[in-house]
Amino acid sequence: MKTGRGFLLSLTVLTATLFILPFSDALFHALYPELSQPVYRQDNLTLLLIAHLQIVALSSLPAIFIGVAFGIWVTRPSGAAFRPLAETVLSLVQSIPPVAVLALAVPLLGFGEWPALLALTSYGLLPIAHGTLSGLEALPAELGQTARALGMTRWQTLRRIELPCAMPAIFAGIRTSVVINIGTAALASTVGARTLGLPIIIGLSGFNDAYVIQGALLVALLAICVDQFFVWMGKSVLPGHRS
Amino acid sequence: MIELDAIHKTFGDTEVLHDLSLKIETGELAVLIGPSGSGKSTTLKLLNRLLDPDRGCVRLHGEDIRRQAPEQLRRKIGYAIQSVGLFPHWTVEQNIAVVPELQKWPRTRIRERVAELLVLLDMPPAQFLHRYPHQISGGQQQRVGVARALAADPEFLLMDEPFGALDPVTRANLQDELLRIHRLLGKTIVLVTHDLDEAIRLGSRIVIMDQGRIVQQGPAREILLTPANAFVRDFVKPGEIGVRLLGLARVSERVRWSAQATGEALGLNATLREALSAFILQGVACLPVADESGRHVGALHFDDLLEIRA
Amino acid sequence: MTASPDDRRVERLLVAGMVIALLLPVITVAPNRLLSGSGIELHALLHGERLWLLFPLLWLLIAPFLPRSWPAGAAMAAIALGNGLLWLTGQEAALRTVGDDSLVRVSFGPGFWLLLLCLGLLLKHLASRMRARHAMGLVLLVSALSPALVMLWKGMLDPLSLMQEFFNVQDTLLQATREHLMLVAGSAVPAICLGAGFGFVAYKRPRLQGWVLAGFNVLQTIPSIAMFGLLIGPMAALGHWLPQSGIAGIGMAPALVALALYSLLPMTHATLAALNQVPAAARQAGRGLGMTPVQLLLRVELPLALPVFIAGIRITVVQTVGLAAVAALIGAGGFGAILFQGLAASAPDQVILGVLPIVLLTITLDSLFQLLISTLDAHHDRT
Repeated sequence: MKTGRGFLLSLTVLTATLFILPFSDALFHALYPELSQPVYRQDNLTLLLIAHLQIVALSSLPAIFIGVAFGIWVTRPSGAAFRPLAETVLSLVQSIPPVAVLALAVPLLGFGEWPALLALTSYGLLPIAHGTLSGLEALPAELGQTARALGMTRWQTLRRIELPCAMPAIFAGIRTSVVINIGTAALASTVGARTLGLPIIIGLSGFNDAYVIQGALLVALLAICVDQFFVWMGKSVLPGHRS
Repeated sequence: MIELDAIHKTFGDTEVLHDLSLKIETGELAVLIGPSGSGKSTTLKLLNRLLDPDRGCVRLHGEDIRRQAPEQLRRKIGYAIQSVGLFPHWTVEQNIAVVPELQKWPRTRIRERVAELLVLLDMPPAQFLHRYPHQISGGQQQRVGVARALAADPEFLLMDEPFGALDPVTRANLQDELLRIHRLLGKTIVLVTHDLDEAIRLGSRIVIMDQGRIVQQGPAREILLTPANAFVRDFVKPGEIGVRLLGLARVSERVRWSAQATGEALGLNATLREALSAFILQGVACLPVADESGRHVGALHFDDLLEIRA
Repeated sequence: MTASPDDRRVERLLVAGMVIALLLPVITVAPNRLLSGSGIELHALLHGERLWLLFPLLWLLIAPFLPRSWPAGAAMAAIALGNGLLWLTGQEAALRTVGDDSLVRVSFGPGFWLLLLCLGLLLKHLASRMRARHAMGLVLLVSALSPALVMLWKGMLDPLSLMQEFFNVQDTLLQATREHLMLVAGSAVPAICLGAGFGFVAYKRPRLQGWVLAGFNVLQTIPSIAMFGLLIGPMAALGHWLPQSGIAGIGMAPALVALALYSLLPMTHATLAALNQVPAAARQAGRGLGMTPVQLLLRVELPLALPVFIAGIRITVVQTVGLAAVAALIGAGGFGAILFQGLAASAPDQVILGVLPIVLLTITLDSLFQLLISTLDAHHDRT
């Protein structure tokens, strides 16, 4: 598959769906004749999509910085003592479903965007920290040793050798985190955030299956699109040392 | 030029090096050899401060190496190891260019230097510059490792069992390469090995270590003929001393010029050990000798081999 | 016993966490279920007979800074402190909710949760320092939990808000457990079989591998709520054709289908990986000895692939337990129902009541599978 083809395809389908949906009255009326309002018009779907992406981006960026930094620190001599502890905590928190983290953020910060952001960032940390940790740990010890032996400082070794070689695992962690975040952000509509999950939630509580399908379709396409974007990015960002 | 002065080093409960003192002259190819656990790799790592001694000091040109930052020291010393340790995400060119880049050489000079080294190591640059380590063979990887060690034109070269992981044919080839480079560039080389044949072949001076101490040091001939104690005697395998001694000398040293003989000719450059083998295979006590162009120059007798101890 | 510097640093970090926890409220008191409460720190609650808690507390705070350490003693102190805190909060709640119709709600505060987390992590750390094997670890776990279970049994924790919520949903909790387990088992079993099948086929025909895995990857990417939503239509249609089956657009059926679809990728991937990692030497030896392909499969390939396969099942099951929580949104029930009810009613304790069983179920299943895998590995090494 030529690079980027998956991304372009899914982007096209997403954009097309976004344009067609507001005009799809006839289709949904045929499928659900009992509904008076078959097409979701309470918000502009494009604006919802942008809001959704905003939340995902705003939560993913700090998650990436903190997650990678944490993963690096725990594999350095200064942080090595805390690695077993970190691994225990990571696996413990990973057993909590994202929806629960969302729900638990509410008593702390009430309803709205902020608890969603907090929950998304905290939950997004995990796959990234895990990916960084396992990526750096999987490197043969002599890689860093050889770099030091040649005369690189610790920082140069990390930046030029260890991080690039661990990049596939780190990148996989970031990809997983962002894609999961898209789903969790949809759920964030249950705590009052404005995302593409809104039509789904409104549809479920109002027994309007058409709304649900429209929202679900857009969320699914968005997730696939972003995932394909990462696949494409992966091929150009990752060095050619894996054949 | 490099001096280790009364070095002591302990790891946990084990004393790895005990009161070790060693001087390595400029331009030497010194080989550290000994059984595992003798401390030879540790000694090597003291020279580029991958390890620091508990007591004693290491001096380079009379100056304690702890005076400068370890990174600065290491950029002036070439380092090649058994597993090569090429960076998998960089091409051959980027790997060799590591230290010159750290020293901020101009781009063009780096590019020239990399090409120069590949030619020196018999690897056509056009073919190898842009390959990744996983795309070349083990022997080629080791050559790149040596090129990387030589890249910044270091004062001296440290090699830790560099050819240990290679098959015998490649190993022999690379040993010849190393000798050639040593003759050509005149660098000081300290090499660690556990293979006595390799040590005899390469080293101008052999340093035998056991349990953190130097047991004997000197030219190969001296060690073979006058072992200092029972350990060295056992180490050089008494049954093979004679044959090893033959390996140290060339036919050209014992040939009877213009003499005649029949049989398959020996090369002037062949070792006496190879000559012995030829004598046995052909079942004769006398063979002709020819030079590189095949011209008959003399003969060698079996008896001439016996004069090796003289 | 001397502690390594690394151990000390971990213990000091946990102690720092405990100090922060002590500064945070350990309980929150609200006048009723709807209004938010005000927090009370531990020092305000330590009087009278409760002062005994100072002993284990001070011991734990000082121990990491002493030259010699006694991990067993610290473990006992941690257990005593954790259970003691539980007892204290129960007692305090009883005091404040005097009277049958009291609406006052006393819940665990952030300080309590943080303290409990630090104590739990400390206990785990001490257990590994004492080199506790399975038996000793079990003893430690049991002795840590027994006082809490006894208090629970004797009703000493009943006045707490969390228990009050529990009494509210008690009847539904059993049903929620049944539903959640049904969701997990009902989707895992077909997914394991199908995934194993796909994985086997992909193993035999390597050219299909890329397509199969890419297809399942797309499925995996779709967020769970979207998947549930998209299945409403098709499942409703299916329900029309088969009216007796009880299949509908919402409820158990679409949830099971969605969860099974999500399990396909990890199962297929795991089956493939398990079969691929069977050493070629073993296979060749089997063929050389004259085994038929079926014998080879049954006697060599499957047994050697089993541990990795079961590791895949473990990942799938753990993933499903978490995903099943969202299924409550489309009426499939399970612990997620309690969670979303609590969310709708702004009752954080009810939310916790929904989350806690999910976490416990995940940890239990995960540990069971880990045990299974390690016994399998040990069996392999011995034969």
